Amino acid sequence: MSSRPPYRVSHLDALEAESLFIMREVVAEFERPVLLFSGGKDSIVMLRLAEKAFAPGRVPFPVMHVDTGHNFPEVLAYRDRRVNDLNVQLIVASVQEAIDSGLVRESGDGMRNRIQTPVLLDAVEKYRFDSLFGGARRDEEKARAKERVFSFRDDFGQWDPRNQRPELWGLYNARIAPGESIRVFPLSNWTELDVWHYIAREQIDLPDIYYAHDREVVDRGGMLYAVNEFLPLKPGETPFVERVRYRTVGDASCTAAVRSDADTIDKVIDEVAATRITERGATRGDDKVSEAAMEDRKREGYF
Amino acid sequence: MTAVLETPQQRQMDLLRFATAGSVDDGKSTLIGRLLYDSKAIFTDQLEAVEATSRSRGDEYTNLALLTDGLRAEREQGITIDVAYRYFATPRRKFIIADTPGHIQYTRNMVTGASTADLALILVDARKGLVEQSRRHAFLCSLLRVPHLVLCVNKMDLVGYDQAVFDRIADEFTSFAAKLEAPDLTVIPISALHGDNLVSRSEKMPWYEGPSLLHHLEHVHIASDRNLVDVRFPVQYVIRPQSTTVADYRGYAGQIASGIMKPGDEVMVLPSGFTTKITYIETADGELAEAYPPMSVTIRLADEIDIARGDLICRPNNAPAVAQDIEAMICWMDETRPLTVGGKYAIKHTTRSARAVVRGLQYRLDVNTLHRDESATALTLNEIGRVKLRTTVPLLADEYRRNRTTGGFIIIDETSNRTVGAGMIIEAA
Repeated sequence: MSSRPPYRVSHLDALEAESLFIMREVVAEFERPVLLFSGGKDSIVMLRLAEKAFAPGRVPFPVMHVDTGHNFPEVLAYRDRRVNDLNVQLIVASVQEAIDSGLVRESGDGMRNRIQTPVLLDAVEKYRFDSLFGGARRDEEKARAKERVFSFRDDFGQWDPRNQRPELWGLYNARIAPGESIRVFPLSNWTELDVWHYIAREQIDLPDIYYAHDREVVDRGGMLYAVNEFLPLKPGETPFVERVRYRTVGDASCTAAVRSDADTIDKVIDEVAATRITERGATRGDDKVSEAAMEDRKREGYF
Repeated sequence: MTAVLETPQQRQMDLLRFATAGSVDDGKSTLIGRLLYDSKAIFTDQLEAVEATSRSRGDEYTNLALLTDGLRAEREQGITIDVAYRYFATPRRKFIIADTPGHIQYTRNMVTGASTADLALILVDARKGLVEQSRRHAFLCSLLRVPHLVLCVNKMDLVGYDQAVFDRIADEFTSFAAKLEAPDLTVIPISALHGDNLVSRSEKMPWYEGPSLLHHLEHVHIASDRNLVDVRFPVQYVIRPQSTTVADYRGYAGQIASGIMKPGDEVMVLPSGFTTKITYIETADGELAEAYPPMSVTIRLADEIDIARGDLICRPNNAPAVAQDIEAMICWMDETRPLTVGGKYAIKHTTRSARAVVRGLQYRLDVNTLHRDESATALTLNEIGRVKLRTTVPLLADEYRRNRTTGGFIIIDETSNRTVGAGMIIEAA
């Protein structure tokens, strides 16, 4: 510390300061914010930032999990523990219930990523949320690189990339008409490596599946999927045990693991710094569909 | 070179935000692609996707523009629509690039990208020299008070790495920039395609004695760009926990716009004018001995005064104007309706919202010639002019040239709720 020039601010401090500012801005300007929590590391970091933004007060908004029903048990346990520690309200928007009630239909491939969108929008309408915190980062994907921090959604929850509000300085336009909403991305300017450095610095506890462990997997097109009840073996597939970890954690039926020996935070950081494949490219079956897969999903109202 | 390829392990890197501007053919995408690739911010799967798309379109070389053009319409039309944000890091610094398209809606996008930039990078083609657009970009950077300007004279390979060509362009630009009060100007001869003077000094231009582009980006001194003199703390949110464990707690949360704050400092709260003392400056991690921009902190005060979001904490002997009559340069950003005299709008300035009426349009500025058209009666999309506003409540405002946070505001259409303009305060009374 003493060797640093005075009044210097590290990049992590600057990113944190910006994120806290964004979160406070939302709570000050909107009536019904909610934080979307998937159990993924980005939403875990976001929840930590929310905790810090309003300390010593409580996090002044509920947390919502759009639950595909395809969960890693470690992640659900983690979610319940965090929500309990912070004493915040948890809302679960269940994709399974939506399938049962006929709101959405299961797709042929069994992936539930795309059908989360109507479930999310349904919950937004039901609880009348006007602002939704999401953990997306601009470095993740090309469409996201062009999305605003305060991303306007019409009353169908849709994103229109050609009709975005210019965003200058730290001045975020929070004005909306009834039924419209804003998706807010406090981690917009963070990279995957920033997130990991922050997890290390803040000593944030993560679900174990982010660290290397032995797991029974199958290889599908170069991606390693855990064998579980949501992902039954296909004919001719032979599962095998690999040392793996998860770089992203989402729906258990479309999130793949990567081969890894990184069983500590420092090893994970070394690995992330050295990797040559994006996290979505390495682990998400849902983004492989087309170059514009993410843009198309966002237009429909996806996270 | 080795420095770039090391992993950015240092957690004490600082952050530099820069905006890039250039036209379609000046090699901006190639330049950014190279910076990203050489610093390992482009991944194999991204490059493979771009190579595949380039091949299928019949491009002769891998079109790195496809890395940044993320939207379907952009790829289909081969144009860049919007500001794209890109990230890379070296062991010294993390960089955020606001990559702004040069051709369509250039002003709106450029102004947006430049508003938060520490540095702006302008490219020209060595064969063509300065064009109208280069001057326009330089002007917009100076209007937005971007503290550092870098002119990259690109495609030096196509002029035989000739020093005379470079000198001519550098001289012309330097004399133009002098008129714009561009605070710090650096001119670098490069070839983005061949990597000359990008990461390391090129052997092909021994006559050039300055830094490579990346070296300059890594070392340019930005800490002193911050205003550490004028204490300005716009109150963003009042933290008052409804809890018995921290009963009577009342903290004012916000991000420090400028100045250095310490516990014990006497402060004034605007617009009320009450004075009190800072008792604590805190974050969730504990108390701080001092705080400075851009930290987000919570301030506690000795006296219980009525303070709300939109108020501002400063020093009694150094306060911003408390003003309802504002003169500002306005950049208009809306394609549907122009700014007109008599028009009423919502404005957002720091954490304060107000309504404003346009009292007068003194002139419209031609961003190419800098000619002032005093007969103008409206500002349409991408036009810039000097405007007089009267606000419903006082703004706690500084000149934009002195303070980019307390001097900037956005204009919002009250019907459509769209952000339709950006303002930079010249005078507040």
